Amino acid sequence: MAKITIDNLRHSYLPEPKRDEDFALKRVHLDWADGGAYALLGPSGCGKTTLLNLISGLLHPTEGRILFDGRDVSNETPEHRNIAQVFQFPVIYDTMTVYDNLAFPLRNRKVDEAEIKKRVTAIAEMLELTATLSKRASGLTADGKQKISLGRGLVRSDVNVIMFDEPLTVIDPHLKWQLRSKLKELQHRIRRTMIYVTHDQTEALTFADQVVVMNNGEVVQTGTPIELFEKPKHIFVGHFIGSPGMNVMPCQVRGGKAFVEGHAVAADNAASSKGSGRLELGIRPEFVTFADKGLPVDVVKVSDIGRYRVVDTRLGENSVKLIVPEGGAIPEGKAHLAFDKAHTQIYSDGWLAGEAR
Amino acid sequence: MNKTFNNKAWWMVFPVFLVVAFNALVPLMTVVNYSVQETFGNNEFFWSGTIWFQQLLENDQIRDSLGRQIAFTAVALFIQVPLGLAIALCMPRKGPWVSVCLVLMALPLLVPWNVVGSMWNIMALPDIGLLGKTINAMGIHYNYTRDPVAAWFTVVLMDVWHWTSLVVLLCYAGLVSIPDAYYQAAKIDGARPWAVFRYIQLPKLKHVLTIAILLRFMDSFMIYTEVIVLTGGGPGSATKFLSIDLVQKALGGFDLGPAAAFSIVYFLIILLTSWLFYTLMMRNEAN
Repeated sequence: MAKITIDNLRHSYLPEPKRDEDFALKRVHLDWADGGAYALLGPSGCGKTTLLNLISGLLHPTEGRILFDGRDVSNETPEHRNIAQVFQFPVIYDTMTVYDNLAFPLRNRKVDEAEIKKRVTAIAEMLELTATLSKRASGLTADGKQKISLGRGLVRSDVNVIMFDEPLTVIDPHLKWQLRSKLKELQHRIRRTMIYVTHDQTEALTFADQVVVMNNGEVVQTGTPIELFEKPKHIFVGHFIGSPGMNVMPCQVRGGKAFVEGHAVAADNAASSKGSGRLELGIRPEFVTFADKGLPVDVVKVSDIGRYRVVDTRLGENSVKLIVPEGGAIPEGKAHLAFDKAHTQIYSDGWLAGEAR
Repeated sequence: MNKTFNNKAWWMVFPVFLVVAFNALVPLMTVVNYSVQETFGNNEFFWSGTIWFQQLLENDQIRDSLGRQIAFTAVALFIQVPLGLAIALCMPRKGPWVSVCLVLMALPLLVPWNVVGSMWNIMALPDIGLLGKTINAMGIHYNYTRDPVAAWFTVVLMDVWHWTSLVVLLCYAGLVSIPDAYYQAAKIDGARPWAVFRYIQLPKLKHVLTIAILLRFMDSFMIYTEVIVLTGGGPGSATKFLSIDLVQKALGGFDLGPAAAFSIVYFLIILLTSWLFYTLMMRNEAN
C-alpha cells in the first residue's frame, strides 16, 4: 500500500517530442492518498491509459517522476513497483486451473506452498471463486476470468496499488453492475489504493472517492463525484459528466451581473469574473425549472426518459435543456425559465471564472 | 408449424460435387479399381481379389522403405518444429527488420522442388561443391554419393533448409497475434521468460503448431522430387523412401495392380496418422 505522487509527469510516444501536441500526456501533477479509490475518466485517446501504464511501469515517462510513499520508482520495472493491473480483456493462463492462476504471482516470487494455499483460498472466498478453484480457467465466463485477473493482484499482500484499465468492457450488462458493486465492496474491505480507468461516467462516479477527469492529455478537474457534478471547473467536465450534459450559452458580464440574450441572470460567480476572454454561462438541466416569469423560451421537444422527462427549449439562439420529474407540468409553446443561482456559473475561455487553475 | 421442404437447393451443391468428383473421387476410384485387378495389356482386366495387398504386406523391400520413411519424417519433424519455433521467437515483432526477416524466411519456400534438389546436389559435391569441399577440408570424410550416413545428413539438411521456414512463418503469425496485455500481465505477475513461454506463448501457439506439425508430417512423408534429384534414392537404397519405391513400381515395372494397392495403403497411412494426431491434439478443446 502506498501514497502515490505524480510529479510533473509528461509522456510522448515519439522519440524526440518538440511541440506540445507531440505529448500524449501533458504535464500532470497528482497526489493520491494511501488506500483511496480513484478513477481516471475521459474520452478515448485522452491519455488516461497512458497515465495508467506510466504508473504501472509498462511505459517509461519522457519527463517527470512517479513516487510511491516518497520513493522514486520512475526507473523501476513493473515487478519491482509491486503493483497489480486488471486489463480491458481478461488475461488468464489458459492451461492452468483457477487455483494455479491465482497462485502464479506467488509462485513466481517463491512463496512457500502452505502460505500460497492459505492466501489463494482466502481470496477465492472473497471473489466467490471457491467452487471453480479446481477447474480449468479457460472454461470460465468473461466475468469469472476478470475476477481471476483481479484475484492475481489481490493474493499478493504487499501490492502498492491495484489498477483497472476499463475492466468491464467485455462483461455482460447485467453482470457489470454486480462486478462493480463487488469491486466497491472489496475496496472498502481491504483498503488498498485502487485506480480505475474508464470512459464511462457511471462506473467512475460509483467506484471512486476522487475522480480525475482528463481531456487531450491534461487533467481538467479532480474532485469528488458531487464536486464534479455541482461545480464543473471546465465546460468539458460539465458536458462529459451528467446526462444530459450542462447547458452552456454565451453571455456578457456587466457590473457584477450576467446577461444572456439581453436578459439578466443571477450567477454564483458573476462578481468575480472580470469580463475578459470568451464568456459563457453554464447550468445543469437539473437546476433549471419552469417559472411564471423569468427567461422567455420556446419549448421545442420533450423526451420521456422514464422516471423523468428532458425538455428541450430555445432561448434565442441557444438550446436550454431542463429536467422535469414525473408528473410535473410542461407548458406548450412559450414559457419562462428560472435558473438556480447557486448552481449557475460563468466560464471564461472554458474555465470556471474566478478560480485558480 | 410445418417445415417447408425444398430440395431444389441440392442443385446449388451440384457444381461443387462435380468438381470434387473429378478431382478426387474418380481418380481415387480408378486406383481402387486397379488394386483388385490383374492385367496383361490390351486393356483386358481380370479380378484378382486382395492378392496385391497380401503381397504388399509380405514385401520386405517395401517394409524397409516404410521404415526409412518413418525415420526420415521423425528426424525432419524433430529438427524443424523446435528450430522453427525458436527462430520465430527470436524474430523482431516491430520495426523495419520485420519485413526483411519475413522475406528471407519465405525465400526457400519459393524455390521449386527439383531446383532445391539440384542446388543441394551441386553444393554437396565433395570435389567442387561449396558444402562438400568445406566439410572435406575440415578433415571429415564426406561423400554423399557413396556413404549412406553422408547421404542421410545431406537429405535431412536439405529438407530442413527448404521447410523450416514454413514452421517459422506459422509460429510467427501465431506469436504476433498474442495481445500485449498477456505479456504485460506476466511482467506484473513476475513471470520469468521461461514461464512466459511455457504458460502464454506455447498454449497460444497450440493450434498453429498442430497445423505446422500436420503439414510437415504430410509433406515429409510424401517427399519425392528433392531426394530423387539429390541422391536418386541411393547409395544403394539408403535414401529410398516410400514415394520413390512406389514410382519405381508403377512406372518402372508397370505393375499397375501392386502399385495401386501400394498407393492406397500409402494414402491410408497418411490419412489415419493425420486424423489421429489432430483428434488427439484437439481432444481437450471440446470440454
